[in-house]
Amino acid sequence: MPDNKEKYAKLQEVIEKRKGERGAVMPCLQEAMNIFGYVPQDVQEMIADGLGVTLSEVYGVSTFYSQFSLKPKGEHVIGVCLGTACYVKGSQKIIDRISEELKIQPGDTTDDGKFTLNATRCLGACGLAPVMMIGEEVYGRLTPDKVPEILDKYRA
Amino acid sequence: MENLVKLTIDGVSVEVPAGTTVLEAAKKAGINIPTLCYLKDINQIGACRMCIVDTGARAFGAACVLPVSEGMNVKTNTPKLREARKINLELLLSNHDKRCLDCARNQKCELQQMCIDLGVEDVDKFKGKQNEYDIDDLSPSIVRNNNKCILCRRCVAACNNTQAVGVIGPMGRGFKTQIRSAWEQPLNDVACINCGQCIAACPTGALYEKDSTKAVWNLLADETKHVVVQPAPAVRAALGEEFGIPMGTSVTGKMAAALRRLGFEKVFDTDWAADLTILEEGTEFIGRLTNKGVLPLITSCSPGWIKFCETYYPDFIPNLSSCKSPHEMEGAMIKSYWAEKEGIDPKDIRVVSVMPCTAKKFEAKRPELSHNGMQDVDEVITTRELARMIKEAGIDFVNLPDEDFDPMLGESTGAGVIFGATGGVMEAALRTVYEKVTGETLKDVDFTAVRGTEGIKEATIKVGDLDVNVAVAHGTANAAKLLDSIRSGKKTYHFIEVMGCPGGCVTGGGQPIVSAQKRMECDPKALRAAALYNEDANKPSRKSHENASVMALYKDYLGEPNSHLAHELLHTHYQERPKYTK
Repeated sequence: MPDNKEKYAKLQEVIEKRKGERGAVMPCLQEAMNIFGYVPQDVQEMIADGLGVTLSEVYGVSTFYSQFSLKPKGEHVIGVCLGTACYVKGSQKIIDRISEELKIQPGDTTDDGKFTLNATRCLGACGLAPVMMIGEEVYGRLTPDKVPEILDKYRA
Repeated sequence: MENLVKLTIDGVSVEVPAGTTVLEAAKKAGINIPTLCYLKDINQIGACRMCIVDTGARAFGAACVLPVSEGMNVKTNTPKLREARKINLELLLSNHDKRCLDCARNQKCELQQMCIDLGVEDVDKFKGKQNEYDIDDLSPSIVRNNNKCILCRRCVAACNNTQAVGVIGPMGRGFKTQIRSAWEQPLNDVACINCGQCIAACPTGALYEKDSTKAVWNLLADETKHVVVQPAPAVRAALGEEFGIPMGTSVTGKMAAALRRLGFEKVFDTDWAADLTILEEGTEFIGRLTNKGVLPLITSCSPGWIKFCETYYPDFIPNLSSCKSPHEMEGAMIKSYWAEKEGIDPKDIRVVSVMPCTAKKFEAKRPELSHNGMQDVDEVITTRELARMIKEAGIDFVNLPDEDFDPMLGESTGAGVIFGATGGVMEAALRTVYEKVTGETLKDVDFTAVRGTEGIKEATIKVGDLDVNVAVAHGTANAAKLLDSIRSGKKTYHFIEVMGCPGGCVTGGGQPIVSAQKRMECDPKALRAAALYNEDANKPSRKSHENASVMALYKDYLGEPNSHLAHELLHTHYQERPKYTK
């Protein structure tokens, strides 16, 4: 896997640069998130050994901050807004419908690695409530019935 | 000249060195400020907010991390402080499993004591959601029950800083925060060295030893078995504390009497095998010295240290003495030499070790510590577990007469008894090595340079024409420091003693718990060690090679130290272990 080898080499470079710095664990984890999309065990071990800290410290940081993901994310990350306006306009029903369609719970990723479903805080598009984002794309004024059609666009 | 600072605490004037914390200064003024997360020399993070004090500042300060300043006026006991502490405590209780009666720490729990001291009236004052965690009891040594955990992080500090192991830490966030190992792995699957210093640090019943008392009760009830027992040197220096006897009192005679009353067929003594260890290890050392073998030789009595070396410093495995630890040697001799003498089939013998140590529970299960398919030692109980058994049996420990150990494998010299304190194995070895190498009688058997609680001790001992450089480390973080200095070529030694726990076995992970308050008042390492050195000083013989029954063992059975049979029964090997597992 030459592709993966490159990723690890890139992370190693970051670790070398940060070594000996105070509080180096977090920036290394952030860089690892950028490179791998998540921070699996071998990546965390690499950071621990490289920085001379314990794996429990690295894992502790990675589970404290919600921006670190321990599991690989899907190709398309769906964020359904559960902010006040969207919630009042029925976004829970949107989430339920997506769950049903993809057969996953919020926070999970489909077995084929296509989709990750997240519930998010306010996306700042209350005028379009209920709102969701898939990747960088925003979908507003949703109804549960619109869900399958939208998902189909990403299934191809 | 030390810079002194004058301050007032609750109207009492005190003068302390600059840099002292308010907590320590208050102690000097005769005031015990309540603490939970604070543990002297181990954890000072001001997290639990029980030790809050009023200095007139905008907010209350945590006394454990608040340095004194000139003219400071501290109040520790105002209605507001009492109220704040109480609410704090009641909030901790709101997410705590409050089944105290069957808790491992009932009556020795700092949280329970705090409720008494602070006069908590309603443990359910703040009723709400409570976490329910599975108990992790897969390790042969340590059980973690996070339902009892108050997140003080004392265990984390002990594991990380004192022991340089660091396999536990806070995981997750907020209400879901838990102390455990990365990737939710049970303690048994990570590179834990089983030392139990986390248990010794825990203020509550969140950490305790894996119970073996039930197995031992069952053995004692089995009339088809010859069940014999051997207590480690350090047990006698601390067992009394479980019965209200002051710290630093050795209770050797009462302990032997209690073990006999529990129903053990023979009450032997690991001190005997400590003497045997010196003969084997001393001979190994002289052999390596004269045949240009791998040096420094490093002692192998402490199973916490051994697993630490195998996992974190595997390049030093060739330096480890091949000697089994004393209680394993004793077990091996009970099931061979003693069995033969008594005409008993070794299959009908069960050996129980009473140890100050939780790592010994792991060690006893190592497959290589066996002979003819039988483990050298069958069960290991800690000092705390022995105390529980004595209480359960209704034995009036304090009023027991002093009794002796059984002959043969129960006789020992002063060299054997000091094995329980840091520096003791080294001192015992030097007494024998000196006389063996020089052929002269030692004028003074006290090698005081290797005694004491200093983390790393060094000495150069003149043995004939030879300057022998020795070092002693206790606590695996100190061992790591010492090994690093050898790796980097900064230091060279001939002989090193390492004990896994700070203070050595006397303050091992299986010893009676000493509360944080008590640790501020005295040093258990020094007090318990003094009990052993005192016992040593009063022994008629203080050199292992003068142990008549050990010498008889060589004459009748083993031949000589490091003989073929001795190697087969008394020596072992080690293996590199992975730091991470999947």
